[in-house]
Amino acid sequence: MTQSKKKSFDVGTWVIPLIAVIIAMVIAGIMMKFQGADPFRAYKTLFMTSFGSVKGFSATLGKATPLVLAGLAVTIGLRAGLFNIGAQGQLVSGALGTAWAGYTLTGLPAYIHLPIAILFGIFFGGLVGLIAGALKAYRGVHEVITTIMLNSIIMGLSDYLVVYHFREPGQLLTRTREVLPSARLPFVFSLPFGFFIAIALAAVAWWIMANTTSGFRFETVGRNKFAAWYAGISVKRTLMTAMMISGGIAGLGGAVETLGVTYRFEPAFNAGLGFDGITIALLGRAHPLGIIPGAILIGGMRAGASNMQFVAGVATELVDLLMALILFFVTAPLVTRFFKNSGSKSVTGGWGA
Amino acid sequence: MKRHLTKRNLFILLIAIATGYFYSKDGSITTSVVSTATSFALPLALAAMVGIMCERTGIVNIGIEGTLLTSAFVAFFVSSMTHNILIGLTASVAIGSLLGLLLAVMSVSWKMDQIIAGTIINILATGLTSFLYVQGRTIPATFPEYDIPKLMDIPFFGQVLFMHGPLFYFGLFVILSLYVALFKTTWGLRSRAVGEHPSSADTAGVSVLRLRYINVTIAGAIGGLTGSFLSLELVGSFERGFTAGKGFTALALMIFGRWNPLGALAAAMFFGMTQAYANQLMIDQVVQIPTQFITILPYILTIIVLAISAGKVRAPAAEGQPYEKENA
Amino acid sequence: MSALLEITGLTKQFPGVLANDNISLTVKAGEVVALLGENGAGKSTLVKAVFGLIKPDKGEIKISGNTMHYGDTAGVIAAGVGMVHQHFQLVPVMSVTENIVLGDEPRKAFFINRKAARAQVIALSERYGLQVDPDAIIEDLPVGMQQRVEILKALRKDVKLLILDEPTAVLTPQEIDELLIVIRTLAKSGVGIVLITHKLHEVMAVADRVLVLRGGKAIGFTSPAQSDEAGLAQMMVGRSVVLRVDKTPAKPGKPALEVVGLQVLDDRKLLSVKGVDLVVHHGEILGVAGVEGNGQRELVEAICGMRHRIAGQVHVDGAETKDLHPHAIHAGGISHIPEDREKHGLVSSYSIADNLVLNQFDVEPFAKGWVRNISHVNTNADDVVAKFDIRTPSAQNLASSLSGGNKQKVVVARELSEDLKVLVAAQPTRGVDVGSIEFIHNQLIAARDRGTAVLLVSAELDEILSLSDRVAVMSGGKIVAIVDSKDADRNYIGRLMAGLKE
Repeated sequence: MTQSKKKSFDVGTWVIPLIAVIIAMVIAGIMMKFQGADPFRAYKTLFMTSFGSVKGFSATLGKATPLVLAGLAVTIGLRAGLFNIGAQGQLVSGALGTAWAGYTLTGLPAYIHLPIAILFGIFFGGLVGLIAGALKAYRGVHEVITTIMLNSIIMGLSDYLVVYHFREPGQLLTRTREVLPSARLPFVFSLPFGFFIAIALAAVAWWIMANTTSGFRFETVGRNKFAAWYAGISVKRTLMTAMMISGGIAGLGGAVETLGVTYRFEPAFNAGLGFDGITIALLGRAHPLGIIPGAILIGGMRAGASNMQFVAGVATELVDLLMALILFFVTAPLVTRFFKNSGSKSVTGGWGA
Repeated sequence: MKRHLTKRNLFILLIAIATGYFYSKDGSITTSVVSTATSFALPLALAAMVGIMCERTGIVNIGIEGTLLTSAFVAFFVSSMTHNILIGLTASVAIGSLLGLLLAVMSVSWKMDQIIAGTIINILATGLTSFLYVQGRTIPATFPEYDIPKLMDIPFFGQVLFMHGPLFYFGLFVILSLYVALFKTTWGLRSRAVGEHPSSADTAGVSVLRLRYINVTIAGAIGGLTGSFLSLELVGSFERGFTAGKGFTALALMIFGRWNPLGALAAAMFFGMTQAYANQLMIDQVVQIPTQFITILPYILTIIVLAISAGKVRAPAAEGQPYEKENA
Repeated sequence: MSALLEITGLTKQFPGVLANDNISLTVKAGEVVALLGENGAGKSTLVKAVFGLIKPDKGEIKISGNTMHYGDTAGVIAAGVGMVHQHFQLVPVMSVTENIVLGDEPRKAFFINRKAARAQVIALSERYGLQVDPDAIIEDLPVGMQQRVEILKALRKDVKLLILDEPTAVLTPQEIDELLIVIRTLAKSGVGIVLITHKLHEVMAVADRVLVLRGGKAIGFTSPAQSDEAGLAQMMVGRSVVLRVDKTPAKPGKPALEVVGLQVLDDRKLLSVKGVDLVVHHGEILGVAGVEGNGQRELVEAICGMRHRIAGQVHVDGAETKDLHPHAIHAGGISHIPEDREKHGLVSSYSIADNLVLNQFDVEPFAKGWVRNISHVNTNADDVVAKFDIRTPSAQNLASSLSGGNKQKVVVARELSEDLKVLVAAQPTRGVDVGSIEFIHNQLIAARDRGTAVLLVSAELDEILSLSDRVAVMSGGKIVAIVDSKDADRNYIGRLMAGLKE
């Protein structure tokens, strides 16, 4: 509790990401100029589309929903000392599981069908996370490699499943049928319902991390595994649980995206969402609530990108570039050091007894 | 000696026996399969060299994938724009070194978490290459195959080893020289000392930071070479996500090969063979496997290999830790 | 002939600490000068200044008559100053030869000339009479042998002045004697020697002159001829210290901790505890003496559930404890002051308050079910900080802000806050200032007097002898003898520690 409180009142927490975003936009702007496009026009279109109208903002929040969850998934991992860069694969498994449950289970009322479909997403996302967690805990395999490999494996497997088993009858495209209306997420005040689920989950996660024994276990393992083991915390179990929860949250992201936006599974739909989660988590300093603004910002960019391409002729991949640059500058200590409350740290560190 | 009877060497023996058996049944097909495998294996092995060079001096490089992707992209597009693949090659080695330098700055000087530093390189690479990517570009030609006279006439080995392009030979040369350099030269001794116990090296007058900078940058250049090999010699094209996880597989091979260049080369060969045989089985219609399973085979193998070897092999002791001068 | 080393008026101010205050020192060829002082007295600052690693605010350093400047470490080394570090600067996976030649290898073009390197090492070892196997791998060598390699490494560079930093910390009494002989031999051959230490009997045995440092100030020069151990101790600490701890005779009760036939592997999967039987009674302190690396760490970790027991059992008050369950074992009545407080004892990025409940965070009153009771954690912390005199502005400060002694007090306070049946204390005063040592010693004895069974493991033989009621000597993974502390004889125990039969 004490740590997280201190963190959110640190000036750097807000200023550094802001500066990182600005520097990234300037650099990307220069690159656009080189490509012969007008960066001002591009940025203006980008942000007017996503933040300039209620309809646009609703679309932005729709795009932001899986991003909040992906960012939260990465954050939970980071808190327990795990770098889950496989949110992508977990999210895709969740999306496929949910889609399958959404169109095969017929004759159920919405209040049963919808939760079941969502649980399918959480389950499959969590399962993929658990694989990486177990390999880490019991075989000492670094989660960065396993999760990235699992991303590719899931990509191949889901493609196989949709091509050979779940393809919509009579359809040439590689995609499943649409989920039934009873499993779709509604809109509330023209805002996607999934967004509220995501925000609520982020708040709950924050409370759990700050106030419960489970949160303390996660944090202790993340900060000092050896001390955790000494203090009687089962490090292996905590690592596995953390990866499973992280994967489950990512899977929920896939579920919400499927039930609220795409209504079906198509391998190309969820591209990049999990990777955006890494940037968002680091942008939000691995704070469960801190990720929300970043997710909305990046959601807005994603939502406005195609209109920007249409109006200003800049490729939608600009967003990928922007995110990479933001990530770089937010973690670059040149920026960080500048705002660190200097003076409190002694130069000599642990000098003396 | 007992230390030669490792699991890895048993693997090699097993593959050699299997290959010998296939060769006795159908020489020409086996030769071509193994030759394909060698082409698959070389870029993986070279990419593993990037990891070995970094980790032997104590820097974890998880950004190999990004280095390969960026340099393959630069190699292809610069070649395409200048109509000269040599300029493309030079540019890609330069960009590789630059990314190496960037990793060195982040991990050595800024003392950032090295896993995050590498991830930044990967994400930067994806962002840059997908933004700058233009469809429909072509290069004038790939590096041509150059068959080494006489050596190419050796049955089996001739086709497997001596009928490739120039970058293949150069890559092989890099791997072998790295092995010699690492274990026989003063540079190698110092590098390994820095990776195992940096303060010993420091007190013996070896500059830890300088050596780390140099090695990580050279490693980046090797990454650049690997990227060129992929886009200018092996494939002859570039598309988004072109390297498909090879940089991560390379890390697994590095571990499986116990941070030894020859070990990693052998592990890469094992990988290449598995893929080449799987392809061949599919082409021959011996088994009906959906292509997706062939595609994910290397990823599954990577995980299996790591699950077998991680935790049992000993990584350089100072890996991943920024060096802080402590006492005199 | 000018002095090898001449320091005049050296002053160095760090934020908040005056590390060296106007210190002057000369060392001549063939002379052994001891730098005596506690942790934090300014010894290492002085040495760093000599090597040009820190910039003095005032003062001058001359080596063989030449003034040295900040940053010129290479110049200092070239002038013939060598250092033997407390933490050996050796690459564990490399051979003796590789370690000795590292940084200045005989070569043929780019390649190492292995033959020449090996010959150099053999010549060096013969010249100084220090036998080593040039092809042995460092990590396979015993600690005393590793130190020999470290000394040879320093001597290889034609050293005129050799600085030894706490060289005896990890040696057996017999190895210490050997080292002292080596020091004398080197001095006789004309090398000037600076011996940094806080152990009085070494100073008495080997030094020509002694410079005592305290709180950054030079308290004065003396020599073994002019002073005795008690006098040196008083100079070092600034008040007369009780070298013996005051305690009443133990009143041992029922057996509390029983270890039966325990076998444990070390990190390299080698058998390092080879069948240990021990009984510690309520109300007594059993000290385990031994040279580090003889299985003590593995023994402690196995008892406390942090390391797998491949054979044997551990009972507390007759009840068997479960293997590899630190949580259950703690609940069953064993508390544990771990050897490595930074690694195991503390989460340095947590507040002092959280660290004080690190192994009780999930039990009443610090948690109610799933939810932590943070206000209880904080009031508990304020109490403990006051009671254990932990020097900090607030219990909400991070543990990393504390000094070594205060960190250790946090760990000790946590382990003593519940009255448990058994306390296992591993190296409880390592790297801790004298004030805190006294405090911790008194706490251990107070725990004993409340009826706790204390198992004390320490590499400091003096600590074992002054605190324990019975002394067990551990060597080669076995308990080779258990003696009553009244009958304990330093020399006899030293021989047992070295693995010699009576």
